[in-house]
Amino acid sequence: MERKPFRKLTEIAAPLRRLNVDTDAIIPGAQLLKVTKGGFGQGLFYNWRYKENGEEEPDFILNKAPYQHAKILLAGHNFACGSSREVAVWALRDYGFRCVIAPSFGNIFYSNALKNGFLPVVIAEDDVERISDEVEASQGAGKVTVDLEKCRVVSPGGCEYAFEVPENYRQAMLDALDPIAATLRFKDDIIAFQNRDRDRRSWAYFGPRKIDDDSFNMGDV
Amino acid sequence: MMGGETLLDKIWRDHVIRDFGDNTYLLHVDRAFLHELAAVAFESLKNARRPILSPELTFATVDHLLDTTPGRGDDTIIPNGKDFIQKLRAGARETGISFFDIDTAEQGIVHVIAPEQAVALPGTVFVCCDSHTSTIGGLGALAWGIGTTDIEHVMATGGIVQTKPQTMRVNFTGALPRGLTAKDLILHLIGEISADGGNGYAIEYAGPVIEQLGVEERLSICNMSIELSARLGLIAPDDVTYEYLAGRPYAPKGAQWDMALSYWRSLPSDPSAQYDRVIDIDCSVLTPQVTWGTSPEHVIGFHDHVPDPSQAETKREQASMSRALDYMELKPGMRIAGLPINAAFIGSCTNSRLSDLRAAAKVLEGRKIAEGVMAICSPGSAQTKRLAEAEGIDRIFKDAGFEWRESGCSLCMSGGAGGERFPDHARVVSSTNRNFEHRQGRNVKSHLASPETVAASAVAGRIAIAEHQ
Repeated sequence: MERKPFRKLTEIAAPLRRLNVDTDAIIPGAQLLKVTKGGFGQGLFYNWRYKENGEEEPDFILNKAPYQHAKILLAGHNFACGSSREVAVWALRDYGFRCVIAPSFGNIFYSNALKNGFLPVVIAEDDVERISDEVEASQGAGKVTVDLEKCRVVSPGGCEYAFEVPENYRQAMLDALDPIAATLRFKDDIIAFQNRDRDRRSWAYFGPRKIDDDSFNMGDV
Repeated sequence: MMGGETLLDKIWRDHVIRDFGDNTYLLHVDRAFLHELAAVAFESLKNARRPILSPELTFATVDHLLDTTPGRGDDTIIPNGKDFIQKLRAGARETGISFFDIDTAEQGIVHVIAPEQAVALPGTVFVCCDSHTSTIGGLGALAWGIGTTDIEHVMATGGIVQTKPQTMRVNFTGALPRGLTAKDLILHLIGEISADGGNGYAIEYAGPVIEQLGVEERLSICNMSIELSARLGLIAPDDVTYEYLAGRPYAPKGAQWDMALSYWRSLPSDPSAQYDRVIDIDCSVLTPQVTWGTSPEHVIGFHDHVPDPSQAETKREQASMSRALDYMELKPGMRIAGLPINAAFIGSCTNSRLSDLRAAAKVLEGRKIAEGVMAICSPGSAQTKRLAEAEGIDRIFKDAGFEWRESGCSLCMSGGAGGERFPDHARVVSSTNRNFEHRQGRNVKSHLASPETVAASAVAGRIAIAEHQ
């Protein structure tokens, strides 16, 4: 999947207003069984977006104008808890979201999101609620700004909220770095660590093999 | 340095390849374990022309999608399962990693077989594409679930980029009432501090009650760390751990074992170590736990009443509880005890080990399940199944009216995916870890409990506890 740099966006935001939304709800099992990394947007919140007979559930936020065009999701605490399925990130992204703002996230989702250039923003529960209220008061017309360079969220009414992202991850998102390529800049550290460790904690390995530069390259066969 | 080091600190510092200076680190990974849903990683790496740095440290098995019915093969009830199974097998063959295939003696749920085969060891960093990887912390390892991007990263670089979590210590004290299980302890903790209560923490479970638990029970506790939204859970290794691991297939042998042992003995937290948060749980007042809602935090004691949303502290909580009650078709103030059930399930990475099956068999021995109840047991691994059968446990289950299946995750998680599942709208009492909406089938209402409580409920045809509880 091609990475896009994440710097700043001003977009429609959809207030979800539910707590402990699990990754089974974000992308139910039936929707994730594809051995690919794309095309999961249709399955997003499947059991909430659609009734059992396949019709749209009119009360669900993403089935209401203008929220079906939202690029930012406002969520309750512990968003995307549960299963480690990375498809939860891909489904949100494929649907069109770029960012989720919540008081807290499932740890695995948080990490998966950052590594896919999808921004999870943590701000206080009352602040998420206040932004959600402003958005709803404007019937979705009021846009929310998320600025990763300044680490600020700006509500439709102009209130600013600061957030933090570990600097290492922030840079990777700003530069749209491929995580493996980013780590392989430190290949020498890996070789030195592992060869020292293979002596020091030999019990954790299976045999005396050492690694070198070639260990990171695909052979010609 | 103020105070000593925690178990987490010690394992963490011995795995740091590079410190990025903002509380993020490149950590060495000792073991990566794959299952069918991670099969996409092989193709990605191949396309990027990246080899697996250490195939000998990389393992795979089939557990998530394959059927649990006898005589199973690559064909699955769950749509597309075969595609994943075959892609995993092909990837494993091509790269030379260790693969425990469908018909091998080692096959099983990752979090059951990794300790069983001693692929997982104390003091190691262990990752797998499954959130319940936290289970492995019961051996004194740092183990957590990761996504596909991260598993590819681990396979290609031998390391993982992680922020260091905060530390929480949960002390379980007091005398454990008779019949109270590890499952009850962890369910109670989730109810106490909420499904978000462990968020961002590595939780060390400690105290006299933990020390007296066997390894399998410790694994059950650490398993549900993810239901606290914790990054991981862990328990200091001790003689119970070493006795469990000695002689298992992938455990170090001879001089390597001695070396490992002396390292492992240095790992428990220093008495002066500081934690970011400490919680004490007095176990002597606890009763068997059962969930009533759609989050693991929706849990009460067996004798308690379903709570009233109007008593919730916030409007947010109130809405969440009301939604859960609607889904579960329950009313505030109802008793959970005696609620009629349609099905019972014993299995999953939480409670499907030999000790779980023995405990349930004790309840089932000489009894029959109630009429109309669908009851299924899926042992956690081929080896567990074999050992249980050698003790005649399968007979007890079958005589009681349980189906005795093969091992796999299926009935715990594939209900929402059109795989093996309970009938629509069924009320199930289940030894699993997630009571999420539709997880075990369309509109299926899952009540989480210990294997003993599941067995007693199957016999009674309603939510019940065993006589000795």
